[in-house]
Amino acid sequence: MKLIVNGEALEAKAATLDALLKELDYEGGWLATALNGDVVPAAKRPEFQLSEGDRIEILSPMQGG
Amino acid sequence: MFELFGTKLASRLLLGTAQYPSPAVLAEAVKASGTSVVTASLRREMAGGRGGEKFWSLVNSLGVRILPNTAGCHSVREAVTTAKMAREVFGTPWIKLEVIGNHDTLQPDVFGLVEAARILCEDGFDVFPYTTDDLVVAERLLGAGCKVLMPWCAPIGSALGPVNIMALRSMRGHFPDVPLIIDAGLGRPSHAATVMELGFDAVLLNTAVAKAADPVGMARAFSKAVDAGREAYGSGLLEPRDVAVPSTPTIGRAVFS
Repeated sequence: MKLIVNGEALEAKAATLDALLKELDYEGGWLATALNGDVVPAAKRPEFQLSEGDRIEILSPMQGG
Repeated sequence: MFELFGTKLASRLLLGTAQYPSPAVLAEAVKASGTSVVTASLRREMAGGRGGEKFWSLVNSLGVRILPNTAGCHSVREAVTTAKMAREVFGTPWIKLEVIGNHDTLQPDVFGLVEAARILCEDGFDVFPYTTDDLVVAERLLGAGCKVLMPWCAPIGSALGPVNIMALRSMRGHFPDVPLIIDAGLGRPSHAATVMELGFDAVLLNTAVAKAADPVGMARAFSKAVDAGREAYGSGLLEPRDVAVPSTPTIGRAVFS
């Protein structure tokens, strides 16, 4: 299905957010995710079903002021 | 000793982690500053990327508290969502809340700021709002549940130092019991000393240290300035006078003519 991940359109096979992270080679306990503007805690990613056109943000810690 | 949300902090200098020439210099600057709190942010991670992992390891090795920010957020929803994501990743209810209202000045959108602060305070966050020196906005933020205020003294990264001393003095006077941290606009250690002499509880700075020719030396200089300003405030500063007053006693002066 077509998804928007970090602003980029892509085609993915994954049905859940957890599976999508694996499919796109994201890993690590320092990642934070949001689906269509709402936070999805790490523990809930396996049960979060993805739908066509979903917008996903995958963030990690960075330098900041 | 200085206390924020029940946490005792040895230093009144909070330091940002951005724009340093290298991670090693950042680590050295943090050490030289003696800070107890550093700020950090969240940004998009590349697929397969490990940028976040490196920074995550670095900040965890510094032995200081992390104050995540919502830098770059221009709406209440963006800021609230980013704060919640930061809480999960950094494992802290502390959040430096930024809702930017103007691209050029990076001035906070104070209306959105108050709204976002209310939502986050009700959700259990310890909110550090990046605000202006406006007293009414400050009152609204306190009404929304904020326990700490972080007014700017000049636009972010401008290095102008305190441009409105009267407003800062007024803010200190109106909120004697609220921890006030100057966030943004400091360029020199003397600026930090000035706001500390006014009675501000702490300062948060980043660019002035990170972009100095020697960030480690500048971190140390700011640390000394913050301590000096605080001690001066507690020691009772002499008020300026319009006339000269001799410091050497005039009694007993010899007369030669």
